[in-house]
Amino acid sequence: MYTDKVMDHFTNPRNVGEIKDASGVGEVGNAKCGDIMRIYLDIEDDRIKDVKFKTFGCGAAIATSSMVTELVIGKTLKEALEVTNNTVAEALDGLPPAKMHCSNLAADAMHAAIQDYMKKEKVQA
Amino acid sequence: MRKVYFDHSATTPTAPEVASLMVEYMTTHYGNPSSVHSFGRETKKALIKARAQVAELIGANPLEILFTSGGTEADNIAIRGVAKANKKRGNHIITTQIEHHAVLHACEALEKEGFRVTYVPVDEYARVNPKDIEDAICDDTILISVMFANNEVGTLQPIKEIGKIAKEHGIYFHTDAVQAVGNYPIDVNEYGIDLLTMSAHKFHGPKGVGALYIRKGVKIRPISFGGAQERTLRPGTENIPGIIGLGKAAEIAKAELEGKMAHLQRLRDRLITGIQERIDEAKLNGHPTERMPGNVNFSFRYIEGEALLLNLDLRGIAGSSGSACTSGSLDPSHVLLAMGMTHEIAHGSLRLSLGRDNTDEDVDYCLEVLPEIVARLRSMSPLYNGNKEA
Repeated sequence: MYTDKVMDHFTNPRNVGEIKDASGVGEVGNAKCGDIMRIYLDIEDDRIKDVKFKTFGCGAAIATSSMVTELVIGKTLKEALEVTNNTVAEALDGLPPAKMHCSNLAADAMHAAIQDYMKKEKVQA
Repeated sequence: MRKVYFDHSATTPTAPEVASLMVEYMTTHYGNPSSVHSFGRETKKALIKARAQVAELIGANPLEILFTSGGTEADNIAIRGVAKANKKRGNHIITTQIEHHAVLHACEALEKEGFRVTYVPVDEYARVNPKDIEDAICDDTILISVMFANNEVGTLQPIKEIGKIAKEHGIYFHTDAVQAVGNYPIDVNEYGIDLLTMSAHKFHGPKGVGALYIRKGVKIRPISFGGAQERTLRPGTENIPGIIGLGKAAEIAKAELEGKMAHLQRLRDRLITGIQERIDEAKLNGHPTERMPGNVNFSFRYIEGEALLLNLDLRGIAGSSGSACTSGSLDPSHVLLAMGMTHEIAHGSLRLSLGRDNTDEDVDYCLEVLPEIVARLRSMSPLYNGNKEA
């Protein structure tokens, strides 16, 4: 059973899509376990200007992806890195126990996108 | 909002005439059939009638019918009961990889107690090759258990051929026919079946009651202990309302079977063709022709089953899926994996199982709603564009 917030984000997911020439892209999960989340970030002056996601997965996977985009848009990278999978689950008023482990990876995908951006920056610098 | 129930393989609505009869056997005729007085005798008579109705549905003798609490208990009595009673003859059991957990887990429990079990694989359509069953037979094989029709993908198994093989080798043959009884014609003699499991709620009977057919002469032992009911094989006061309901449901199923099958097959084929016409990369799971009249099962690439089910539910359509999220484990259904499906495709499976009350309008509505939902989920999927050319 999902909370109303999960169902809201599942039925009306925020920020679905891709960003062309994104500053950073992060992907976690695999098709074998049934969840793949990909996060695209547009970063300007160390701040997340825009964020989009694409997700293959269950209701919880889609809702957590949507929620993480809402949580980090407009935030500095430092602030975004403080957002964890647990923060996302709490913001959704909780997830069923079975989903905490397998489908709650959206913050990891977002962190991976930031790492990707930082790696690229380093190469350029 | 329109409501469409497409989950009849999970359970069916209890027929109103079954339900009203059951109420009578709770409030008016409540005697214990073991009692000597008129209250008991009245119930006993009804119990005998129900046994005859159930026997009639599968071409058995009433004395070969054992009432149980459902399919799971019937499977357990059949497998454990035969294994324990025939231990001296051998300790090898043959079954398949796509059985219901009631059979698989009963077999696994026996393995821990020293029995050997062969789990025969299936082909891409979830069909067992009778030759593989025959090849698995050893000198110490005592039981073959193969389901009549698979609950997920609806594939009908070559039961007649397996029955023949079992008979030739003098091995007991059990079939879990939970999906098939009441929905597909079965005659235990024609198919060479020694033990058969059925469940009332799959054919408009009540939940919590089923039956095990045990051919006369089969050596079997109780697995639970108590009174003398059901020839001591299933002790405990009979679930009279449930049994009466099962009997009535069996009688109705027998009378309606031909018409129901034709109706379901027509709707099923309309739904299958409609989905194939409207949705790309939709794979029909299960056998194209040898399948249950009401079973439709598809995998939609690039999307996951639970998300699909939730979206269908929001539009009033009830279905089910073999994805990990709905199987209660981290792996998708063991049936889909045994068919050689990749995890990714198995996660995107959708089962729509039709029933006698479904209409053409239900099929039309599903065909209108489903393509939109699949398209929307695919548009959100990172696999969709990336993998398309691959």
